[in-house]
Amino acid sequence: MASKFTQSNRTGWLMAGPAIALILAFVIAPFFLAVGFSFTNQRLVSPHPAEFTGLSNYRQLLGLGVLHLDPLTDAAGAVVLDDQGQPKLPELRKITRKNPDYPQFDGMREWFSWSSGEGRTYVLARDVVFMTAIVNTFIFVLVVAPLQGGLALGLALLINQRLRGINVFRAIYFMPVVVSIVVVSLLWSFIYNQNDGILNNILSAISFGAIPRIDWLGNPSTAMGAIIFMSVWQAVGFHMVIWLSGLQTISPTLYEAGAIEGASKWQTFRYITWPGLRNTAVLVLVVITMQAFGLFSQIDVMTKGGPLDSTQTIVFQAIQRGYGKQDISAGSAISVILFVIVLSVSLIQRYLTREKV
Amino acid sequence: MAQISQDNRGLRLVVRYTVLCLIAAIFSFPLIFMVISSLKPSQQLLADAHSFRALLPVGDISLNNYFDAFKRAPVALFVFNSVLVTGVTVIASLAVCSAAAFAFAFVKWKGRDLALTVILATLIVPFETIAIPLLLEASKLPWIGLDGITWGWLNSYRVQIVPFIADGLTIYLFVQYFKDLPGELIEAARVEGASWFAIYRRVVMPLSGPVLATAAILKFLVMYNQYLWPIMVTQEEQYRPVMVGLQYFFQLNRAWGEIMAYLSLITVPVLAFYLYLQKAFIASIASTGVKG
Repeated sequence: MASKFTQSNRTGWLMAGPAIALILAFVIAPFFLAVGFSFTNQRLVSPHPAEFTGLSNYRQLLGLGVLHLDPLTDAAGAVVLDDQGQPKLPELRKITRKNPDYPQFDGMREWFSWSSGEGRTYVLARDVVFMTAIVNTFIFVLVVAPLQGGLALGLALLINQRLRGINVFRAIYFMPVVVSIVVVSLLWSFIYNQNDGILNNILSAISFGAIPRIDWLGNPSTAMGAIIFMSVWQAVGFHMVIWLSGLQTISPTLYEAGAIEGASKWQTFRYITWPGLRNTAVLVLVVITMQAFGLFSQIDVMTKGGPLDSTQTIVFQAIQRGYGKQDISAGSAISVILFVIVLSVSLIQRYLTREKV
Repeated sequence: MAQISQDNRGLRLVVRYTVLCLIAAIFSFPLIFMVISSLKPSQQLLADAHSFRALLPVGDISLNNYFDAFKRAPVALFVFNSVLVTGVTVIASLAVCSAAAFAFAFVKWKGRDLALTVILATLIVPFETIAIPLLLEASKLPWIGLDGITWGWLNSYRVQIVPFIADGLTIYLFVQYFKDLPGELIEAARVEGASWFAIYRRVVMPLSGPVLATAAILKFLVMYNQYLWPIMVTQEEQYRPVMVGLQYFFQLNRAWGEIMAYLSLITVPVLAFYLYLQKAFIASIASTGVKG
């Protein structure tokens, strides 16, 4: 018997070994390497060995400071006014550039600020672009997750009807999913084009020229919205299919019972369909969120993070630094930050959607 | 009374089909536009975009954009590279992941539960978070080839293939499928003295058509559409896949006709394949969701 067990031990390791080795080498090792590199100054190619630099990468990326500046006063204690009659503030640059009185703000730049009292309060960041990237990524996730999940559910309910030819529609709605996001991005950059783009042509045709032609990707206030819309267009079919498979697990007898009780359409959805989709809903939410945090290809093809950093994202920054500038350590630190964010968000989602007893 | 409700039903049917068709138009018009435009000279393409002619194959229709695209970039090489990388990865992945899943589902061995837990835990690690350290790792890995040991995997086929052979999702799909197979079959084969490997090859694999199709389709979509990884690891033209080849068409004054031709060339075969095997594609996506 013992020999049989050792034999199955050997078989087990022999059959699972290659997969285990590959996952160790190409998923788990890089994951720990990312953590390791993020505490060094590792570069892709360098004549010098990497040195341990502690938390400096994280400090560089995440360093924040709050500073309140009061207006300048003259010798008599009166507020000095500038040319426009506004109270004159000390120059921010003099504080953040090698000022021995404020070592903690050295090298920081203004991220945003607001007036408070006579003066102004500044939030300073050591890396304003990265902060913008974090905010943009969260905006993308917060809009895409409910929008794509909700639209996908709507489509699934529409497709779940018993109608002749419904499979044709299902096939069409799913079509963009099999097309590469890179292809989709390039195609849509034509659709969004200011002068010849189809979107502007359609809008000006239905409004008889009243809607002005917009440079969708070249305008900081529309670029992210344009990318969001296109991303949803490409991926919504994927989650439609997941919702559909969830819908089909709901027992028809429940619907029959509902019909006998005279439930309205809304009541049927609210009390039969939606409770039956609980697990699917959690899955769809978690999967969309994880995918959305990885936003990269659309940015790389369509905007390269511009205009004015309005489409910078965390992954785009990680690749720009880790690959573009060959700064593996900074890219790794960004990767670790992203992982911590994704993990915390999905833990929060699981907690909020847990089965309440 | 009966007449009214009959009419009502007819009207509702019309409304339903109208809604379905409008949505279908939103999903299909960009793709139709892409294919139609690929047949037009850039000048006409831009002019046609201002009217319904954008979706109609009218005017000066030819395959010239395709010939020009082939002149601008080594398109055939890119297609060959993509097909090679995708094909090898899909086949290797099916073999490696199904064997591992077999060991996880049927064989009892020390370390099994721990190994499976670790593999499933990797599902929460998005590829984007390991891409950068993996780039450095790949630049230093050794390889034993015909010319002895060489260091560094960048600019090769293997760097695009090997890291993607085994993944948590594929193994998970196989394990789930194997657990639903009738256990008596495996028991009976064991009693008859068949080796584990024989059971894997002769009993389990022949029953695994659906899950093999699912895993192959998912892997195919991921591999053929790879972009982030190959732009980093293939600086040399010789190894570039189709999605990276797109960069040859990025320029200030974009030749849209050629771009549409290239996009159609790399997309239409996949779309045709999808439409042909539509049920299998959709079933494979659905199966990633069922058990969550």
